[in-house]
Amino acid sequence: MNRYPLWKYLIVAAALLFGLVYTLPNFFGESPAVQVSSAKATLKIDEKTRERVASVLQTAGIESNGIFLDSNGVKVRLQTTDSQLQAKDLLEKHFNPDAGDPNYVVALNLLSSSPRWLTSLHALPMYLGLDLRGGVHFLLQVDMKGALTKRLDSISGDLRSLLRDKTVRHGGITREGDRVVIRFRDNETRSKARVVLEDSQSDLLLADQGEGDDLRLVATLRPEAIKRIQEFAIKQNMTTLHNRINELGVAEPVIAQQGAARIVVQLPGVQDTAKAKDILGRTATLEIRMVEETAGALEAAQAGQVPFGTELYVERGGMPLLVKKQVVLTGDRLTDAQPGFDNQTQEPAVHLTLDSAGARIFKDVTRDNVGKRMAIVLIEKGKGEVVTAPVIRAEIGGGRVQISGRMSTMEANDTALLLRAGSLAAPMEIIEERTIGPSLGADNIQKGFQSTMWGFAAIAVFMIAYYQLFGLVSVIALASNLLFLVALLSLLQATLTLPGIAAIALTLGMAIDANVLINERIREELRNGSSPQAAIHTGYERAFDTILDSNITTLIAGIALLIFGSGPVRGFAVVHCLGILTSLFSAVVVSRAMINLIYGRRRKVESLAIGQVWKPANVGAAEIK
Amino acid sequence: MEFFRIRKDIPFMRHAVVFNVISLLTFLLAVFFLFSRGLHLSVEFTGGTLIEINYAQAANLEKVRESLGKAGYSDFSVQNFGSSQDVLIRLPLKAEQNTARIGESVMQALAAEAPGATLRRVEFVGPQVGRELAENGALALLLVVVGIVVYLAFRFEWRFSVSAIIANLHDVIIILGFFAFFQWEFSLSVLAAVLAVLGYSVNESVVVFDRVRETFRKVRGLTTPQVLDHAITSTISRTIITHGSTQMMVLSMLVFGGETLYYFSLALTIGICFGIYSSVLVASPLVMWLGVSREQFIRPKKQIEGANEDGAVV
Repeated sequence: MNRYPLWKYLIVAAALLFGLVYTLPNFFGESPAVQVSSAKATLKIDEKTRERVASVLQTAGIESNGIFLDSNGVKVRLQTTDSQLQAKDLLEKHFNPDAGDPNYVVALNLLSSSPRWLTSLHALPMYLGLDLRGGVHFLLQVDMKGALTKRLDSISGDLRSLLRDKTVRHGGITREGDRVVIRFRDNETRSKARVVLEDSQSDLLLADQGEGDDLRLVATLRPEAIKRIQEFAIKQNMTTLHNRINELGVAEPVIAQQGAARIVVQLPGVQDTAKAKDILGRTATLEIRMVEETAGALEAAQAGQVPFGTELYVERGGMPLLVKKQVVLTGDRLTDAQPGFDNQTQEPAVHLTLDSAGARIFKDVTRDNVGKRMAIVLIEKGKGEVVTAPVIRAEIGGGRVQISGRMSTMEANDTALLLRAGSLAAPMEIIEERTIGPSLGADNIQKGFQSTMWGFAAIAVFMIAYYQLFGLVSVIALASNLLFLVALLSLLQATLTLPGIAAIALTLGMAIDANVLINERIREELRNGSSPQAAIHTGYERAFDTILDSNITTLIAGIALLIFGSGPVRGFAVVHCLGILTSLFSAVVVSRAMINLIYGRRRKVESLAIGQVWKPANVGAAEIK
Repeated sequence: MEFFRIRKDIPFMRHAVVFNVISLLTFLLAVFFLFSRGLHLSVEFTGGTLIEINYAQAANLEKVRESLGKAGYSDFSVQNFGSSQDVLIRLPLKAEQNTARIGESVMQALAAEAPGATLRRVEFVGPQVGRELAENGALALLLVVVGIVVYLAFRFEWRFSVSAIIANLHDVIIILGFFAFFQWEFSLSVLAAVLAVLGYSVNESVVVFDRVRETFRKVRGLTTPQVLDHAITSTISRTIITHGSTQMMVLSMLVFGGETLYYFSLALTIGICFGIYSSVLVASPLVMWLGVSREQFIRPKKQIEGANEDGAVV
């Protein structure tokens, strides 16, 4: 009765083999590598890039342990960290001759050093979380209200030029909260304007307001337009973050949307966290506005009475400046920004290139405002700073603009990088941040590994001492549970964190429960006078129901954590849930297979090596009465 | 080896009132401390900044405090973390501070007075995240409770599910009571531990209930307390061994896991100890008082049409 059909043994053997193969890569560790990937969407990494990398390294005499091409780019595995740094510098120089405008991302990385046949089976080591490998984690909140405000500002600009093109006279266009108000002197013009706007601005809901000579047309965004703008804002911000991170040279960045208005950014292995935060945290957008130069206005503003429709700024260098709120041009119209030098003064400068619409607006504005000053405002984290406020000497066409004025070369570089990396559609704020130094990560791995190992050892010693052969079988089943769990985590490429390791340990500690239940049940059957074979059979049979029930309640808790947990808790929950599932298989099927192999084939079994089974003097007394 | 050599069923149910009074008192005490002292919530829930730094030599905490004070920080806490070289700095949430750069500015401030520190870890949590985490934690707890009640009611009987959940929820409160009394830091991982314990000690009740059901079905002529005593006695050996094994693992985490896993394993330890007690000695009397009886488990035999007295179809 304690025999498994062949196919059951085969399943157990196959599962163990599977576990072994997919656990194996975790033991080979990782070797230093350099990764070359594309920094521009138009640039594809292909076999040619791989050959180029190979030839560059060959000429320099740096030996590599293999150069691979995958979806992320070209990866070079190197022998030592020294040669890794050397190779990185060399490739950086070769692939990005112009440091100001990199075409490629050359980054340090770690590659699994498991043999190629394993990698070809997709057997990869577990993906280590930030708390184990070090790095930065950010949670950014996109300011959706800001996105709408920005859109409405630019709509007001569009309306202004639209009405001017159609020669509709109006008494001013202003944004008031979440609506745009256009004033008119008579009803006729208002109806005319309404027709014009309805034709071209399908996103807007228009409503008439006011009477007498104070007639208004109030435009608000349609709900579907609001939804579209918000979706666009988060997508645009993610693209922007992508570009900025590319400039940082991170091998495997994670940029993902979380919920409706949040973005998670994870930069594993980033050592220079300050720089990373600097680039990401700077949520710069560019705006070009006109300077208010009415006599006395600046003095009034400094005295605390800022005239309507203007804002007081301090220019770089400390001079106060009154700038109109009305935005002429935003960073959206920017196609490129490069650091450089002013042709005449040799001052550091940033050269901007505008798209055609931007170029046209810029041309119009400069033509109409010769002799006046325009301010270039860089907005970071909700605060604006006037980079420079030059006087317009002549009409500027062609869409090429130069910003210069009191900038260091460094500042020019940074500003260009920020502007080039794309403007943000909406301001963002860091609402959660974790920075983990690499040494802490290594410590955490060590601690997690040690606690699991010692805990396992203690359980193993006890089980074998208490249940002898059955204890040994239980321990092997528990070890196979660990094997399956690690294999599954590696196969799914789930992220392993310190709470994840804790979950592995805890799951092992709980999983032994199933084997204790079985072993106790078998002892009890023996005590009640069953034959050894029958005791094994009923022991496993009866224990299974209990094991199932108790595991399901634990699984319910795990799933709740999975649904509502975030960050570290989710890592814990994933491992916990998987561990419960694998333990069901290993504790019941694997251990039974072993017991069957040991006892099932013998014709006559005198006793079971399950430790001492104590029987009360009058057999059955532990039963009732 | 055989630890448990029990000749007769231990009359647990005779002392049911005592067990429940003890547990009620502990529970009330825990509630009292929860209200009077409150939980010492970690940065994850309250929002704020956590900075872990490491010195090559033993750190001078006074100097660290001094330099932070000079740099204009207030309401911060500075303490050793694990070893004398590691320092943990907690800064509360402040609206006016530039949170994105707080790590660097603290390091700059320290460089002047207490140089030689390396930054190990920075955690910043904004206020909205903290609130969400607290809400999600409560929701997770609710989901676990509902899930377990429904599952046990489906597998056993409503009396079992109600008593199991009462017994185990009171464990949760007691763990929280410990954290409130000692003012240990209640972090996300502690919350995970608490929920794991809830699932785990319910499974303890399940094992006993399973035996109760089996005994009701198989043995006739026993009173309900006798059935419960028998079920507890025959599973007690497994209970102690299983929990002992789990506790060995948890102990190993407590010893080797470092600061990060310390409170996690502490919560588990308390949970495991009270879990045994409550799920065996509190849940079972509750089942009894709720009026469990043999009839609830004996399914009425179906009469097959045409069957004779012996049930065989001719």
